[in-house]
Amino acid sequence: MKHTISVLVENKPGVLARIATLFAARGYNIDSLAVGETDDPTTSRMTIVVRGDEKILEQVEKQLNKLVDVIKLNDFMNVDHIERDLVLIKVKADKNTRNEILQIVDIFRAKIIDVSANAVIVEMTGDEDKIQALVNMLKPFGVKEMARTGIIAMARGG
Amino acid sequence: MLKTGSEIFVECLLKENVKILFGIPGGAVLPIFDKIYEAREKIRFVLTRHEQGAGHMADGYARSTGDVGVCIATSGPGATNLTTALATAYMDSIPVVAFTGQVATHLIGNDAFQEADTTGITRPVTKHNFLVKDVKELARTIREAFYIAKTGRPGPVLVDIPVDVQRAICEFSYPEEIEIRSYKPVYTGHIGQIKKAAELINSSKQPLLYVGGGIISSNASPELLKLAEKIHTPVTTTLLAIGSFPPEHPLNLSMPGMHGNYAANLAFQNCDLIIAIGARFDDRVTGKLSAFAPKAKGGIIHIDIDPTSISKNVSVDIPAVGDAKNVIIELLKHLKKKNNKEWLKKIADWQKTNPFSYKKDNKLRPQYVIDKISEITKGEAIVVTEVGQNQMWAAQFYKAKYPRHFLSSGGLGTMGYGFPAAIGAKIANPQKTVIDIAGDGSIQMNIQELATAVLNNVNVKIVILNNAHLGMVRQWQELFYKRRYSAVCLTKPNGCLPEDASAKRPALMVPDFVKLAESYGAVGLRITKKEEVENTLVKALKIDKVVMMDFIVEEEENVLPMVPAGKALDEIITSLA
Ligand SMILES: Cc1ncc(C[n+]2csc(CCOP(=O)(O)OP(=O)(O)O)c2C)c(N)n1
Repeated sequence: MKHTISVLVENKPGVLARIATLFAARGYNIDSLAVGETDDPTTSRMTIVVRGDEKILEQVEKQLNKLVDVIKLNDFMNVDHIERDLVLIKVKADKNTRNEILQIVDIFRAKIIDVSANAVIVEMTGDEDKIQALVNMLKPFGVKEMARTGIIAMARGG
Repeated sequence: MLKTGSEIFVECLLKENVKILFGIPGGAVLPIFDKIYEAREKIRFVLTRHEQGAGHMADGYARSTGDVGVCIATSGPGATNLTTALATAYMDSIPVVAFTGQVATHLIGNDAFQEADTTGITRPVTKHNFLVKDVKELARTIREAFYIAKTGRPGPVLVDIPVDVQRAICEFSYPEEIEIRSYKPVYTGHIGQIKKAAELINSSKQPLLYVGGGIISSNASPELLKLAEKIHTPVTTTLLAIGSFPPEHPLNLSMPGMHGNYAANLAFQNCDLIIAIGARFDDRVTGKLSAFAPKAKGGIIHIDIDPTSISKNVSVDIPAVGDAKNVIIELLKHLKKKNNKEWLKKIADWQKTNPFSYKKDNKLRPQYVIDKISEITKGEAIVVTEVGQNQMWAAQFYKAKYPRHFLSSGGLGTMGYGFPAAIGAKIANPQKTVIDIAGDGSIQMNIQELATAVLNNVNVKIVILNNAHLGMVRQWQELFYKRRYSAVCLTKPNGCLPEDASAKRPALMVPDFVKLAESYGAVGLRITKKEEVENTLVKALKIDKVVMMDFIVEEEENVLPMVPAGKALDEIITSLA
C-alpha cells in the first residue's frame, strides 16, 4: 500500500538524517522524500512516500512521532489531499521530432524551458500518474536525463 | 553573569544535582576538565579505565537509584568507546546523559585529529542527541538533555560539545521551565481505555500479569502488589522487572521466556487475559510469536508509556498509554476483588512439577553458588549480572527482594556490563552490598575497572562462575550444533573438556583471577569445593575491600528450562536426557 506521509519537523541540522536513519534501520525503502522550509523558518515539512505492509508502516509512523524533532505527522492515506511532483526531462529533439514533442508537451500542459540543437528540457508539475504518462510518451524520442523533486502533498480544505 | 562554556557546563550539572561523574579526559574536553577540577568539592569525578566502563557505571548508578547517571568522554575514540554503553542503556530505557568533547567547530567534517561524527554514530542508540555549535545554546541544551533522559520512556541522551564552544563566553542563565514543542510524554492513561481494561479483567477467568522494566522506572511496585492481590492474579516479571514483586509471594511466577519459569510460560499459553505493564513482548519472552498465548485472543491489555511499544510484536486489544503507576492507580478504582482459585491451583501444579532446580550432589554447581548468595544476603543485596549463563542463573536463583536491586543488560545483552555497572551501583549505594555475578568470559571484557574500584575504595564483590567456557554459547553448541565446540573454550586451544579433564584446572587458567585481583590491590579467592562456598561468601562480604571470587564450577552445566529459539513457550525443554 502506498502512503504519503507529511511530517512537520524542527528546522535543524541532523533532523533529515535522523528520519532517514529510522527508515533505514527498519530496512524500509523510501519512494520519495521532499523537504523544504515552511512559512515558519523554524520548521520544515517533509513529505515521505513509502510503500509497504500496514503493520510495519504503523510502527514506522509511531517511531517517527516519537522522535524529539518531529512536531506533527499526518498520513494522507484516507485523507482527501493534493499531491504534486515537479519533473525535468531532457529529451532528444531535432528538427524532425521537435514539433511532435511540442504537441505532446502542449497536451500535458507541460512547458519547454530550454531548447538546444539536439535536445529540449520539459518541465511539468502533476501527480505521479500524469508524470508517468508524460514520460511514457516522451520515451520513444529518447530521454537523456530526468530529475524529480519527489512528491509534496497537502490536505484539501481548512 | 558572563561565563565560559566549561563554567556553564559545571553550573548546569550542579543545577541538575549531579554529584558523580564518570569518565576519562582528553584533548577535546580539557577546558571542561579544568573546571571539573575547580568543582571537585561538589562533584565527585570517578576516573575509569575505559569509556565503556564509564558509561556502564553511569547506567548502574541510574538503575540502582532512578536518578540520571552522567558520564563524559573526549572526542573520537573516547566517544566511540561510549557507544556500547549507550546502546545498552537505550535498549533497557535507562536515563543516562553522556557528554563528549568534539573538535573545534571550524574543523568539524575535516577529518581532524580525534574527530568522529559522534552524533551520527550514536543516533540509533540514544533517545536523542545534540551537537552544540554555539555557547549560547549550551545551558538550554544541557537542560533539555536531562529532561529528555528522565521523562517519558527514559533513555540515554548525548551532548557533543566542540572544544571552542567550551572556551567561548556568554551570559549564563539556566532555564527553569522547559518546553519542547515536539516532545510531550503522556503520563495519564486514557480513562475510557482503562475502564474497558477493567471490564475485561473483571470478567476474565485465567488472567496473567506480565510486567517489565517499566514497572521499575515508574516506581510502581507498591501499586503492582495491590493490583495483583486485588485481582488475585499471578505475576510474571521479566529479567528487567526482577525485584519489582516480592519473590516469596504466592502470586510470584518469576521470570518468563527462553530460560524462564515453566509455570510462567505455561501460564502465558493458557491464560485468557494478559495484562502487560511496562513490558515489550521481547522475542526472548514470547518465543514463537504465532504460537504465543493462543487462548488470550481478544484479551491483551497493554499499559506502557511508549506508544511505539503497543502492538509492535503482538497485536493489543486494549492499549493504555501512560505511566504505569498512574494507570494502575486509576485502574484499581474500577476493579472488583477477584478470586482465581482454580487458575492458581493449575499454576501451582505446574510450579510443583518443574520449579527452577539443579542437581544437588557434591559437585560445585553454579546454581548452588547463587542459591547461597541469595540466602546469605536475604535477597537484600544489589546483584548485577554479566551476560550468559551466569545472568540466567542469577535471574532464576537470586531472590531480589526490592526493585532496583537486580541489574542486568536485558535488551542488548552486553558482556562486560556487570562489573562497571556494579561499581556505579555501589557508588550510589555505599551502604549496600553490591555483587557482580560474572562469567569468566564476561568479566574479562571490562576487567580493567578493577583499578577504578580499588583506587576509589568501591567495595564490590565479584563472583566469577568459572566454567572455562563462553558458557552460554557452549550450551547452544551442545544442544544445536552437535557439541562441536567452536571458539568457546577460554583456556588454551582445545584445552577444555572433553579432551582435558577439569581436574587440570586451574593450572590452565588465564588469567589467574586470584593473582590478577591481587595485582590490582584487591582480594582474590579461589573456591573449588562445594563445602567452601558458604564460608567464602560470608567471609568475602565482611572484607572491606574489593573481593574477586573465582568459583571453579562444572564446565558443562546447562541453563534449564529452555525454550529453543523459534519455538513456542510450551515447547519448553525442562531436562536433558
Ligand atoms: C559483547 C558481547 N559479545 C558477545 C556476546 C555473545 N555471547 C552471549 S553469552 C556469551 C558467553 C558468555 O560467557 P561467560 O561470560 O563466560 O558466561 P557464562 O555463559 O559462561 O556464564 C557470549 C560470547 C555478547 N552477549 N556480548
